[in-house]
Amino acid sequence: MNKLSFRIGGVHPADNKFSRERSIETLPLPKTVYVSMAQHLGAPAKPVVAPGDKVKAGQVIAEPGGFISAFVHSPVSGTVKSVSMRNDLAGRPATHVEIAVEGDEWAEGIDLSDTLVSEIRDDRQTILDKIKACGVVGLGGATFPTHVKLNPAPGKKADCLIINGAECEPYLTCDYRIMVERPREIVVGAAIMQKVLGCRCVIGVEENKPEAIAALRSAISELGYRDMEVGVLKMCYPQGGEKQLIDSVLRRQVKSGCLPIDAGAVVQNVATALAVYEAVQKNKPLVSKVMTVTGNCLPADRMHNYRFRIGTPLSFIIEQAGGVPEGAAKIISGGPMMGKAISNLDACTVKGSSSILYLDAESTKRKPAGNCIRCGKCSDACPMGLEPFLLNRLYKAGDIEGLEKNAAQDCIECGCCLYSCPANIPLLDNVRQAKAQALGAIRARAAAAKAAAEATKK
Amino acid sequence: MDKLLVSPAPHLHVKTSTRSLMTDVVIALTPAILVSILFYGWSELMVLAVSVASCVLTEWAVTKFLLKRPSTISDMSAVITGLLLAMNLPASIPWWVTVIGGVFSIGVVKMTFGGLGQNVFNPAIAGRIFLLISFPVYMTDWSMTDGFVPVVDAVSGATPLTALKEALLSGSTVSEFFAESGLTVRDMIQDVGASAGEVSSLALLAGFAYLLVRKVVKIWIPLSIFATVAIVSGIFSLANPDLYTGPVFNIFTGGMVLGACFMATDYVTSPMTTAGGIIYGIGIGLITMMIRYFGSYPEGMSFAILIMNCTVPLLNNWFHNKKYGRP
Repeated sequence: MNKLSFRIGGVHPADNKFSRERSIETLPLPKTVYVSMAQHLGAPAKPVVAPGDKVKAGQVIAEPGGFISAFVHSPVSGTVKSVSMRNDLAGRPATHVEIAVEGDEWAEGIDLSDTLVSEIRDDRQTILDKIKACGVVGLGGATFPTHVKLNPAPGKKADCLIINGAECEPYLTCDYRIMVERPREIVVGAAIMQKVLGCRCVIGVEENKPEAIAALRSAISELGYRDMEVGVLKMCYPQGGEKQLIDSVLRRQVKSGCLPIDAGAVVQNVATALAVYEAVQKNKPLVSKVMTVTGNCLPADRMHNYRFRIGTPLSFIIEQAGGVPEGAAKIISGGPMMGKAISNLDACTVKGSSSILYLDAESTKRKPAGNCIRCGKCSDACPMGLEPFLLNRLYKAGDIEGLEKNAAQDCIECGCCLYSCPANIPLLDNVRQAKAQALGAIRARAAAAKAAAEATKK
Repeated sequence: MDKLLVSPAPHLHVKTSTRSLMTDVVIALTPAILVSILFYGWSELMVLAVSVASCVLTEWAVTKFLLKRPSTISDMSAVITGLLLAMNLPASIPWWVTVIGGVFSIGVVKMTFGGLGQNVFNPAIAGRIFLLISFPVYMTDWSMTDGFVPVVDAVSGATPLTALKEALLSGSTVSEFFAESGLTVRDMIQDVGASAGEVSSLALLAGFAYLLVRKVVKIWIPLSIFATVAIVSGIFSLANPDLYTGPVFNIFTGGMVLGACFMATDYVTSPMTTAGGIIYGIGIGLITMMIRYFGSYPEGMSFAILIMNCTVPLLNNWFHNKKYGRP
């Protein structure tokens, strides 16, 4: 079969999916969890519990703080100890609800059984309400509230739902494991979202996961879904980037400054599909998910794919997996291309956590930057067709107009430029700043135009 | 536990480095270098050694004493300039001329602009032209030195292009020239008498194939140069075969293969985009043919590259990659 791929750029790091054969294990409960109020894109959630309150697992502990925001649920049963500021994974202060774990009692009405519920009884609005009420957000990394994404603005219509099972980041295997172990739930989750959007569905999986492709295909035929298929994607980073995936599957590109829905596409991660299934069919809020513990300096027997309760401290997970391995120079939350290097191991997992990755110094320590030799490898690698060497230069020259003209604002921060630069120039570090400056200029202009329009109206 | 490293993503890096890319180019030049040593003997090895040493030493001295910065010679780029310069020189050249060439290439053409990546002109090309203008007698003395195998000395003491120019000036036709010199297509591809870099097109093409396989360079620039030369010389030689030589002669003589595959493809002094590269290649091909047919120099490759080097900033400004989601 024809393998799908995007048309611009891309790089081929070794996939190093060492932990692919490790079945999902349920991580024991820690003594205390700290649940962040800012674990989704958009406004932080507002806590509705106070110290001393008894909570059950799956009970709402925070409400959305705006239109783009999400409910947060208690991942455990126990007593709220405090609601206070704490540094999150990225080292930024955020409000956390601290809960001391007592037993494992779940809130009413949650179906914890493994029985597959494939019949979709709810109507469109009920499905959206349930997804919202269960705090489901995009688990591919951006953590955008799913109910907002599934409810396009009036006049906009999706003609294809793309389920993202590319898992193009090296090392990570958490999506792979759920595709192999729970393909039917994922497929039902996809069908639920299809019902909301009223369109066909393609599940995109990279070619290095044949078992996942087979499992999803047999689940689709078993459940008799006609309008759903698995698309085999070429192994190329960033195949799972939203814009790249749309190009791969639909041969369409999202116009600069527009959303996927403008190109008729909605993209949701496989883990999100599973969370949607659990929310709609099982009434189970998003309080747990799967993460990979892996790395290139970790013995194979200490690699794991864990189902963990969201809010579990990293230090607890690290301890359960046998501690920080010898030779680890960097601990990363997420994949090696876009993940965050962590310095504070007391930070807690969030809805978007997908891994603990240990890399040794040899593979990850940055080398001193040399002169740009204009080899053009960064331009060849950029999946957005940008010229990182040029943006780097314009940024250093402070030419914001030039940055905007050369589309710095389109950067998706995938890391291909820095990855491929033979002179080790910190391209993305500078392009990130450049992007912020270009976006700032665009927003300032839009705000000024709006103000001027309002002034003339009066 | 030791301190943890923290840096922004990405956390992985490709194994390719400036040094590894440059080393690949050295490897790619090796077949042609070996062939030239075979044909020209120890004196050719001497030219290569002197050229590389003077280039590397100049770069080291400039960084150490003038710029007072850490040395950059370990990136291997000065070695390449040295090799390419040597391959543009006759084996019989006095050693001190080679030294002047090396000092000029690195000291003036490369380091005054800020070193690797900053120079406008290809250092080896500029060095060759500097020597050609300053020492025309040494630079055009192609008399054979003692090689390990005999070279096809079709036109003794001159390159085919020089001999042709002289023949045409003295009133003979192209076909008479070929008949007199006995130069065959096989000679041209394998072992024609000229500078080290011109002696075996086959060895150069083999090295270039290695660069393509290793994805060090792309094929577009050499391809557009060869295509332009083939088309232009095809048209001219059909129109007047007495006066103008054909495509095979023009592609496989002079510095055409060396220039197209190794000097026009220099990262720093060639355009970044494929479209820009093709225009750049067409320009080099056209200018070379105009010089060869109508100029007073027999060979135009190095001038063509030097002239097109000047257009690179413009070409980079005019041509950009296709961007995602933009017209």
